[in-house]
Amino acid sequence: MAAARGLREPAAAKALLIAAAVAYVVVMLLLPLGAVLTEAFRKGWQLWIAAISDHDARASIKLTLLVAAISVPLNTIFGIAAAWAIAKFDFRGKTSLVALIELPFSVSPVVSGLVFVLLFGAQGWFGPWLQDHDIRIIFALPGLVLATVFVTFPFVARQLIPLMVSQGRADEEAALTLGASGWQTFWRVTLPNIRFGLLYGVLLCNARAMGEFGAVSVVSGHIRGETNTMPLQVEALYNDYDFVAAFAVASLLTLLAVVTLALKSALEWRHRDEIAARHH
Amino acid sequence: MSIRVEHVSKSYSAYPALNDVSLTIDNGEFVALLGPSGSGKTTLLRILAGLEVPEDGKVWFGKRNVTKDQPASRGIGFVFQHYALFGHMTVAQNIAFGLNVMARPQRPSRKATRERVEELLDLVQLPGLGKRYPSQLSGGQRQRVALARALARQPRILLLDEPFGALDAKVRRELRVALRKIHDELGLTSIFVTHDHEEAFTLADRVALLNHGRIEQFDRPAEIAAGPASEFVKAFLE
Repeated sequence: MAAARGLREPAAAKALLIAAAVAYVVVMLLLPLGAVLTEAFRKGWQLWIAAISDHDARASIKLTLLVAAISVPLNTIFGIAAAWAIAKFDFRGKTSLVALIELPFSVSPVVSGLVFVLLFGAQGWFGPWLQDHDIRIIFALPGLVLATVFVTFPFVARQLIPLMVSQGRADEEAALTLGASGWQTFWRVTLPNIRFGLLYGVLLCNARAMGEFGAVSVVSGHIRGETNTMPLQVEALYNDYDFVAAFAVASLLTLLAVVTLALKSALEWRHRDEIAARHH
Repeated sequence: MSIRVEHVSKSYSAYPALNDVSLTIDNGEFVALLGPSGSGKTTLLRILAGLEVPEDGKVWFGKRNVTKDQPASRGIGFVFQHYALFGHMTVAQNIAFGLNVMARPQRPSRKATRERVEELLDLVQLPGLGKRYPSQLSGGQRQRVALARALARQPRILLLDEPFGALDAKVRRELRVALRKIHDELGLTSIFVTHDHEEAFTLADRVALLNHGRIEQFDRPAEIAAGPASEFVKAFLE
């Protein structure tokens, strides 16, 4: 118990630390959140509903959902594949692959968007060829998806790599020696072993895919009702001094964050026994 | 089933290398692969299981050349040092795994699977624990479950990688006795890896001593004790 005594702090210090942490969370996190919701509903429910049922707003919501519905599954599949390869096999260039996966986190989103303009834009490398074949990537859905995929690339993989590395290969090898095929091993052993990490990665990936502004802003072209996702629509409305509408759409995005957090907590609570058992 | 290892070599791997190893194990024998860490004993066991592929040489099970066969098709049971039980499955589901992944025509009925699981739980002396999860068992119990799981498809060959390595002395002794009994009852050919020479000498019919990826001596415990083949063997047994 000597260690415990060594860690004991005076009551005043404890209270001070807790107060500081709570105050910080309130000022930095809860206050802005509250402000968004207050602003959104300041002129009443009717205006909020009117604002989000506006044609352009609805189009931006649909577009955001569509972009996320394409990019999140893509990055989920890629994330699992990459984490599997890195955790279960030895190959040359493994460390570089891990570093490369993290690249989108360290590159400014604006640059990420510009890369695609450089590649597929009218003046870009493949621009003339695309124009000849009447394919639109920039200022259209494919560009938005590409930019979103690039930015949200690491979320699932980064969540899974440390998890799968720490789990090692023994479970998979056991399944193989018991007669399971590679596919059976994946569905019956690997996936159940990583499901919580995977789910958390997917939730984070989705939150970022729907909320991404910088990269998407570059490739979107800001055509209202067509290529504006929700974050871009918020900016457009804000620049029009239409604050109520801007905050109404923003409140939906905020809601997404709250739902993500609630889902994650609910999952952790429901499976708390199993999660605790795993740490034995 | 008899096992023949012919001039097997392996260099590039996460495991220690093997250098031109040859070994013949008779049907029904209980053999220990004994050596210090890095001697290649685990590599040899993993090659027998098909978890590693040798660069040179051949592995025969009876009259069948299994060198290139997948682990799944070798008809072996494998027991890991840290059990490798599936944490999200109950004990019964763990044991039934090998049966449940069989192709539909060969797969036993649910009833037959249930009965087989009960039978195996009795065999490893854990009757009635089928509904527990691995995390609710002691280390010795987990290794018994792992053994039952490995035996579900009635393998002719049982491979064990330091099966008692993570257990305390008392549980070790109990499990050794249980393992030897199961080996004799089922008429298995068993090979286990260990770095504990007392364990190897009390349990095995014959002991293969490995050092630096080579077999220094392969003989009955009494003969090895009476006439160590090399300085290394002599030193290792002291």
